[in-house]
Amino acid sequence: MSPTANCPNCGAPIRFRWSSAVQTVCEFCHSILVRRDVNLERVGKVADLPADSSPIQIATEGVYRNRAFQVVGRILYEYEEGGWNEWHAVFSDGASGWLSDAQAEYAVSFAAPVTGLPAAATVARGQQYRFNGALYEATCLTRARYRGVEGELPFEYWNKDEVLFVDLEAHDARFATLDYSDPEPLLFLGEMVEFDSLRLKNLRQFEGW
Amino acid sequence: MSTAPPPQVKSFNCPGCGAPVVIRGFGTALSVVCGNCHSVLDAKDPNFAVLQRFQVAERIQPLIPLGTRGKIRGEPYEVVGFQVRTITEQGVDYSWDEYLLFNPYKGFRYLTQYQGHWNDVTVLRTLPEVDTSGPRPVAKVLGGTFRHFQSSQARTTYVLGEFPWRVQVGGETTTCNDFVAPPRMLSEETTGSETTWSLGEYITGRQVWDAFQLPGSPPGAVGVFENQPSPYGGNLKEVWLVCALLLLALVGVAVFFTTFARNEEVFSGSYHFAPHAGQEASFVTDFFELKGRTSNVELSTRTDLSNNWAYFNYALISADTGQAFDFGREVSYYFGRDSDGAWTEGGQNDTAVVPAIPSGRYYLRVEPEMDATAAGVEYSISVRRDVPSVSYFLIAALLLLVPPVFLMFRSMGFEQARWRESDYTPAGSSASGGDDN
Repeated sequence: MSPTANCPNCGAPIRFRWSSAVQTVCEFCHSILVRRDVNLERVGKVADLPADSSPIQIATEGVYRNRAFQVVGRILYEYEEGGWNEWHAVFSDGASGWLSDAQAEYAVSFAAPVTGLPAAATVARGQQYRFNGALYEATCLTRARYRGVEGELPFEYWNKDEVLFVDLEAHDARFATLDYSDPEPLLFLGEMVEFDSLRLKNLRQFEGW
Repeated sequence: MSTAPPPQVKSFNCPGCGAPVVIRGFGTALSVVCGNCHSVLDAKDPNFAVLQRFQVAERIQPLIPLGTRGKIRGEPYEVVGFQVRTITEQGVDYSWDEYLLFNPYKGFRYLTQYQGHWNDVTVLRTLPEVDTSGPRPVAKVLGGTFRHFQSSQARTTYVLGEFPWRVQVGGETTTCNDFVAPPRMLSEETTGSETTWSLGEYITGRQVWDAFQLPGSPPGAVGVFENQPSPYGGNLKEVWLVCALLLLALVGVAVFFTTFARNEEVFSGSYHFAPHAGQEASFVTDFFELKGRTSNVELSTRTDLSNNWAYFNYALISADTGQAFDFGREVSYYFGRDSDGAWTEGGQNDTAVVPAIPSGRYYLRVEPEMDATAAGVEYSISVRRDVPSVSYFLIAALLLLVPPVFLMFRSMGFEQARWRESDYTPAGSSASGGDDN
């Protein structure tokens, strides 16, 4: 399934783990490459990512609700209280989801095709919204800095600066995230998950652990 | 795929005093504390800028040293941070310890310690539903209902090690709301605009000592902690259950004996007695047969006494062996009217039960007595064999109730001690702090 191409910048081979990837990063020269028809276009370069502590890495595999997935990319965010990773997970049936890791708190979410989302200016902590029938309460508004990307993503995501995220929680393990990266907000619906339940393989090693 | 070397524990020298400082939590730390000069350092800054240097009255040694690894619920965790948090109530400071535990895969959890009481705490990933409609708010989450215990304003008063947040000594206070459902508790902590819920479960110092293989013994627990499980609470239900089963058995036995008791009248007679001087009052009755197993005999005396008394000396005598069972009964009945209205005292009838009489032929010797001036009395005697007696069963039932009632009072005492420290001082005990809203 891995169509190969060459990095337009350094010529290194670019191998795709996911055939639907829209963007990837050259492992060698860290160029951000975006697919334009059959060609790869270099749109920028990733600065060195800071050393982080996520046990997940590209090629980590796991299982979520009986569906196997593989991690193929990530977006790294930072804010004043730390940072977190949105790992792009591709499922065996081709679906694309997100495994987020915020200081070893894990969640799996999927983009939800919901329209009529609240505008950023109207959202405040404590407000309640109903998405797909479930009630969510806005618990946290986070202004995060886009810090970098790695690997394959389902959309172009590279020329970002500060991004507003709204975390919404339900009265069970479910949560929602409103992502105001783009003029048109995006909604992600998901749930908090226990590390052990994901049965992760190909994890990073930590010295002494 | 990244080929970066595995993350390592980082060591550097404190920019304030040069003492060695370690970062154990890989990339998670935002603040790290120099234990030598008590500087809070920016863990994300390449130069580890000093953010704060705090004054310490005395160095505090955590009961579990930083860097100690232990097993909590089967998973290894390392102590990476330690903070003392303090609330002030009516001018008195109350402080507790919080140990921050880290596992690079499983994340963070906490151990809290207050006067020898420990809690294993994790941050909650589910938003509890808080119901403030009643006199005491309740929070529901994970199938449990937690009752509000107290509100307080906590501040950090001592720190060691590292934290995945910007720690500050004496900084912003946190509004804490504790809800309890022993052995669990919920804590809602609000700092600025951010609210965090955490779930704690009571564990003993011994469990902590075993988990971290610490030498010696844990400090003893003082008093009753807010989510400490009652040593009586769990047993109480079982004790009540056993008691209920025994009571049921007792009722069965009582029903059996009542149903199968002979309860037959074996003798009756009517007499007149007038206290004339010199007359021999005593007489004996005809023989009667007491049948069946050894059981009781009930003797009833019915009189027509009115504002008078009579005394009956009875002897139940075996015609076969001559053995006599002597007993006396006083019957008195008075009535009248005074400023409080009508009154009566005593009664015209009397019943006496003689236990454990073997079968055989018997007769009664009867000797009535009255005041010499009394006119006399009409009376009748009835003897019944094997009469069901409820009183023994009632006594047995009362004895059965003693252990659960005793336990219940102990349990109530424990709960009183628990809630005495809350915002809701139980009725009947004096308020002692904790009343800050």
